Amino acid sequence: MQTLLIVTGVSVGVSVIVFMSALLTGLQASFLSRIFAAQAQVVLEPPDEVARPLRHAPGTVFLTISVKPSQRLRSIDQWQKVSALVQRLPGILVASPMASGAAFAVRGEVSKSVSLMGIEPDRFYRIVDLPGKLVRGTSTLEVQDILIGTQLASDLGVDIGDKLRVVTGAGANVEFTIRGIFDLGNKGVNERNTYVLLHTAQPMIGLTNGVTSIDVTMRDVYRAEDVAQYIATVTGVKAESWIKTNADFFSVVNSQKISNTAIRLFVGISVVFGIASVLVVSVVQKSREIGILRAMGASRAQILRLFLLQGAIVGFVGSLIGSGFAYIMLDFWLAYARRPDGTPLFLAEIDTRLVVATSMIATASGILAALLPALRAARLEPVVAIRG
Amino acid sequence: MVKPVLQLGGIRKSYNVGSAVEVEVLHGIDLSIAEGEFCALIGPSGSGKSTLLNIIGLLDRATGGRLSIAGCETSGLDDAELTQLRGRSIGFVFQYHHLLNAFTALENVMMPMLVERGFSNDAMEDRAAMLLEKVGLARWKNSKASNLSGGQQQRVAIARALAMSPSLVLADEPTGNLDTGSANAVFELMQEVNSDYGTTFLIVTHNMSLAERCQRVFEVVDGNLVGDRYGKYPQTAATAE
Repeated sequence: MQTLLIVTGVSVGVSVIVFMSALLTGLQASFLSRIFAAQAQVVLEPPDEVARPLRHAPGTVFLTISVKPSQRLRSIDQWQKVSALVQRLPGILVASPMASGAAFAVRGEVSKSVSLMGIEPDRFYRIVDLPGKLVRGTSTLEVQDILIGTQLASDLGVDIGDKLRVVTGAGANVEFTIRGIFDLGNKGVNERNTYVLLHTAQPMIGLTNGVTSIDVTMRDVYRAEDVAQYIATVTGVKAESWIKTNADFFSVVNSQKISNTAIRLFVGISVVFGIASVLVVSVVQKSREIGILRAMGASRAQILRLFLLQGAIVGFVGSLIGSGFAYIMLDFWLAYARRPDGTPLFLAEIDTRLVVATSMIATASGILAALLPALRAARLEPVVAIRG
Repeated sequence: MVKPVLQLGGIRKSYNVGSAVEVEVLHGIDLSIAEGEFCALIGPSGSGKSTLLNIIGLLDRATGGRLSIAGCETSGLDDAELTQLRGRSIGFVFQYHHLLNAFTALENVMMPMLVERGFSNDAMEDRAAMLLEKVGLARWKNSKASNLSGGQQQRVAIARALAMSPSLVLADEPTGNLDTGSANAVFELMQEVNSDYGTTFLIVTHNMSLAERCQRVFEVVDGNLVGDRYGKYPQTAATAE
C-alpha cells in the first residue's frame, strides 16, 4: 500500500512536470512563431550616421552643439562580404539580404503608404514562411511581381493578377502584378509589407546593388543577442536581436521559464522527500525482514542495493505512469482550451526526449531519496534488526 | 572420530563495555558439538541462552573467547567474511517464522540461494521443491506464506534454513508459537532432517519434554554452562564416544 501511494505521488509529480513543460514549450513556440512570422532573429543594418566635430589646434576651446543627423537610406558597406561572413558562423541557418524603403501603392485614386521590401526568395522564405502564409496566389516572384498583405488588398480592392503601381521617394514608378496575398497574422504588417525581388527593389529605392539590412536566423533563438553583439563587433554593422527589440516579451518568456523551473524543482524536491520518508518508514517496518536476510548471508552491500533499487523502481515506474497521465491531461487540455472558432489556443505536444529525461531524473531522484534509508538499513545489526 | 562442527572456548559477552555500568552476561562458555548431533540449549529466562545462540550464529560478536564453526576460526574474520560464513554454514529457525509474506513458500525457500547467488533458477527451484516435499508441503509450494498455518509456516522456515545445506542449524524456540500438535510435528521434522541429512541442530527451548528428546542437553544458568548431559534421543557415533 505504501509503495502504491508513493508511486502515485511520484506519478502526480512527474505528470505535473511533464504537462507544464509541454504547455510552456507550446506556449513559447506559439509566441515565437508569431514574433518570427514577419521578423528575423537578428537584423543587421548600416551603423547610424553621427556628426563629428572638427578638430582644432591644441589649447583652443570651442563650444559646439552636435545635432544628430537624420538617417539617410544607406546600404550596408560591403554587404556581400558581411553576409558571407555571417552565413559561415556556427549555428547560423541563413542570412538574407533585403533592400527596403518607403513607397506608395497606388490603385486608381487610392494610394497607401507601404514598405517596399526587396528580397531573395530562396533565402528570405527560410526566415519568414511567406509561402505558408499565402491565402491566395503563389510565392514565386518574377521581376515585376509583388506579394501584398490581406489588409492592403482589401483597402485597395485588388486581388491576384491585378496590377498595382508602386511609387517611391527616389522617383521610381513601377507597375507590378500581384502574384500572392499573404496573412502574417498582424493587421499592421498585412497593411504595410509588400515583397518584390531584391534586384527590382534596389534601383527603386536608389540603392543600386545595395541592401538596407541583412536578416539572420539561427538554430538557438535564445542566443540571438550574443550572436548580434559578436557580429556587430566583428563587422562594425548595427546588429539588433529580437531579444532587444522585443525586450518586454522576452522578459515575460524568461519569467515563465524561471517560474516553470522553480515549480519543477520544488515538485521534484517534494517527490524526493516523499520517497525518502516512505522508505525510512519501510526500513523501520521491515527491520525484521532485513535481519533475516542478513542472517541468511545477505551482505550490507546487498541490503543497500535492495533499497536503492526500490527507490529507482519507484522513481522509474512513477515517471512512466506520470508521463502517461501527462499525455491524458494534455489531450484534455487540447480538447477543451480552444478559441471561439474551435481552433486550439496553441499547439502543445510532449517531446519524447522530455519523457526520457524526466524518467532518468526521476529514477536518479528515487535512488538519491533511497540513499539515506538504504544506508540505515545496511547498517542495521542483524541481531538488533531481528529483535525489531 | 567425528569432527566438531562447533567449538566454543571461554566465550564471554559484556554489554556497555568500558562504562561504569558494564554487565557481563556470559562468563566463559566452553562447549563442543560434533557433526550430526541433535542438541538442546535450556535455561531460565534471562540466563543468556539467546545471547549465546546469537554469538554462535555470528549475528552478534563475543567480547572474548574463541568460536570455531565448521572448522573455521571466526575471531579474525571481518564483517563480510562473517556474513559469508553465516550464509553458507548456518541455518536459522526462529520462534516467529519471519517468512516474507509477499512471496510463495517456494520463493521463501529459494531466498538464501538468491542471496548467495551462483545458482541457476532451475537448480534453486529444484532444491526448494525437494526441501518443501521433505517438510511435507509440496502441495503448498505456490501458496503465499501469509496463507499458510502457523505450523506450515514454521515448516517452510525449516526448509529455508536447510536451503544452503548448512553444517549447523540454530533454532530459537522454534515451537514456542505453536500448539502442542504442531510443535510436536515440527520437532519430529527436525529430528528427521537430522537423521536423514546428518545436519547438526542446536535448539533453544523452554519445553523440557522436547529437550529431553534431544541427544545432548546444554543448560545455561546466569551466563554459565552448568549442564552438558545426554537426552533420550538415539545417540550418534559422536555422542557414543
